[in-house]
Amino acid sequence: MAMSDEIRLRFEISGDDFTRAGEASSSVKKELKKLGIDPQAVRKVAIAMYEGEINMVIHANGGAIDVVIHPDCIDMILKDNGPGIENVALAMQEGYSTAPDNVRSLGFGAGMGLPNMKKYTDEMQIETERGVGTTVTMKVHI
Amino acid sequence: MTVRDIQEILHATVISGEEHTDREVHTACGSDMMSDVLAFVKDQSVLLTGLVNPQVVRTADMMDMVCIVFVRGKQPDEAIVRLAESRDIVLMNTNLRMFTACGLLYDRGLRGGNDGNE
Repeated sequence: MAMSDEIRLRFEISGDDFTRAGEASSSVKKELKKLGIDPQAVRKVAIAMYEGEINMVIHANGGAIDVVIHPDCIDMILKDNGPGIENVALAMQEGYSTAPDNVRSLGFGAGMGLPNMKKYTDEMQIETERGVGTTVTMKVHI
Repeated sequence: MTVRDIQEILHATVISGEEHTDREVHTACGSDMMSDVLAFVKDQSVLLTGLVNPQVVRTADMMDMVCIVFVRGKQPDEAIVRLAESRDIVLMNTNLRMFTACGLLYDRGLRGGNDGNE
């Protein structure tokens, strides 16, 4: 596939404003809709990225998200310099959360973020190192 | 069932999006935890919640939901209303509590969607 077939989007995610979390995912959703991509695929990308964006704000004081739109798939790369995930296997379990109580009062921190991200994507990898950060890579086929 | 029907059944007040109240609603979801809402995709859905913050609208937006009902008389602020308007999502509130609001809609035939338990 030629490079010119790709569309690349980059978002810097602020870590200090929870009310703005989700703006990047919302922009991506709009862009994908505009490109006429299948609504089911658009929704999968939007939900997975939104959960990831929320995680970045809650756990990692923000980060950066790269979205690459290919003719046959959409890649999302979410990179933060947060504390890292201590136990990835545990974090992948539905209902397991390390989010503080104040996050639960905002409607998140139910331990469904990473499981939802896996559920809505066709591929997902997590690279994480304590004290260094986490990179989550996700792919949705169109 | 339409958004207008939901408003009547719940004795709710439409806060914004009046022009979209003729839209069809096929399923509903009642939760204060947004990740639980995001776990099950439904079509043409309404969200009932006691949570009031912009993430409620963002969640509904990601899920292509058509309407949000705030229970227990909760009132969204101006920023939330503007966000919902920009996404063509109807906002309303009802003085009913979550259990009662969900029960009334269920009684009138609205279901939780394709989750295999009903």
